[in-house]
Amino acid sequence: MAKVVARTGNEAMAEAMRQINPDVVAAYPITPATEIVMIFAKYVADGLVDTNYVAVESEHSAMSACVGAAAAGARVMTGTSSQGLALMYEILPIAAALRLPIVLSDVNRALSGPINIHCDHSDTMAARDFGWLQIFSENSQEAYDGLIQAVRIAEDPRVHLPAMVTTDGFIISHCLDKIELLEDSEVKEFIGPERKAPNSLLNLEKPVSIGLLDLQDYYFEHRLPVAEAMRGAKKVILEVADEFAKKFGRKYGLCEAYKLEDAEHVVVALGSTCGTAKVVVDELRSKGVRAGLLKIRVFRPFPGEEIAAALAKAKTVAVLDRSDSWSAQGGQVFTEVRSVMFDLPVKPKIINFIYGLGGREIDQGQIRQVYDCLQKVEKQPLVQYLGVRE
Amino acid sequence: MSLGKYIQAFPEYGAERMGAPVASFNRISAEPIRVHCSISEPDLVIVLDPTLMGKVDVIAGLDKNGAIIINTTETAAAVRQTLKLQGAKVYTVDASGISRATIGREIPNTPMLAALVKVSGLFDFETMLKDTEGKLKKKFISKPEVVKGNLDAMRRAYSEVKGE
Repeated sequence: MAKVVARTGNEAMAEAMRQINPDVVAAYPITPATEIVMIFAKYVADGLVDTNYVAVESEHSAMSACVGAAAAGARVMTGTSSQGLALMYEILPIAAALRLPIVLSDVNRALSGPINIHCDHSDTMAARDFGWLQIFSENSQEAYDGLIQAVRIAEDPRVHLPAMVTTDGFIISHCLDKIELLEDSEVKEFIGPERKAPNSLLNLEKPVSIGLLDLQDYYFEHRLPVAEAMRGAKKVILEVADEFAKKFGRKYGLCEAYKLEDAEHVVVALGSTCGTAKVVVDELRSKGVRAGLLKIRVFRPFPGEEIAAALAKAKTVAVLDRSDSWSAQGGQVFTEVRSVMFDLPVKPKIINFIYGLGGREIDQGQIRQVYDCLQKVEKQPLVQYLGVRE
Repeated sequence: MSLGKYIQAFPEYGAERMGAPVASFNRISAEPIRVHCSISEPDLVIVLDPTLMGKVDVIAGLDKNGAIIINTTETAAAVRQTLKLQGAKVYTVDASGISRATIGREIPNTPMLAALVKVSGLFDFETMLKDTEGKLKKKFISKPEVVKGNLDAMRRAYSEVKGE
């Protein structure tokens, strides 16, 4: 029986972590992700979970402890944000290369400087190339469901890669919303009682060394399987989503197409902005504008073929990036989406908007403005900044 | 939410320090709420701290058919004049005074909530009281006087809120 409750994004993620009951959590608190590990630490203190909670002195140590515990075969989770994720950057690619299915909650927050605590996607986008799966959430429900699914996906022998599930800082992390929780037993059954780790350090039947020096002769060969596992993860993500939908009724994909079948003007976005954009799509549709939205839920592995297919019939496309890659060719989402559209027989006109840096408000008015630009797309620059003062 | 609606509540965080103005937004709907942005055209505005008036534009974007409820000892007419507000309804209630008398401390939140229920007509007041009682009982398990104080405050504010 599903339980309907009011939870913020952070509370929803902490609740999922309690139900997942990981063997080890090593974390260091940071705004706006603090509550996730704070609430979870209380669950540990109250004896509601069996987790070994490692209170460390920095995020670098947190991720290092996670790598050690996961290499020993444990089911491991952590949570962080922005500069905290940045302090983990040195260790993140090691977790991926060692094929350790660590699951991390990241609350998207702008990177310093200037110092800012509010939402943008620059922290997660800068971790794009570290071999982690990246799943974005539109709301608390998606964050909760996504975290539970991520454990299954990451631990699948065909994947064996770490995964981060993100929410938008404050916009979702601190927004009280109505969500449906699963029963503890349902979560336990869905993810399995424990992680299967045949190549762990603690398997005395089969001793292994982990994290060795690997030079010109083999390093390249050992990087390739990471790329293959990442590409193969798309199939696993869909399988896990299907099983989740059959059991619990909520359906997820790599992307979500909102009113795309006959859409002429399409916005592509990630995270909480998609909810606001859906309302604008409905409003424009009622006025006869054939508007649509493509939400990218999974950014790594990148669902290139799916995106190309979803956008093939559009006339114009605007990609919204909540981060900047300091390139005249646009933000991270734009360059990748534009790249997959290069092989389409008939190419829609595609433009980029960089928006919402440092928590700058994105509302219906601004999204309406984007659809307006799409209706006179010939006059638009390739890349423009939305909602910034000149 | 326990009264069958969809809800969304979120604060606007600045650099918080004691006494700094803070805003918080709430949406209530019969349908799932999908928008994730601040409210720029509110139907209802609640001002918990009347000293903010004149410093913060509390009526910005307020709907002509909307309402503003202020925690103050002043009358609605006087407040309307101060705010130079045309259209919309103005309600006042001395929630700070009520909370001092009933709870023993200046915590105007629950009486303002009662005023909101009265003004908006969105919920049945008795159901709301029962729901609040249940929530407070859980939180103040060893302090039944706090629960009673809050419920008394809500009843008083519900009957004392006046407007034009």
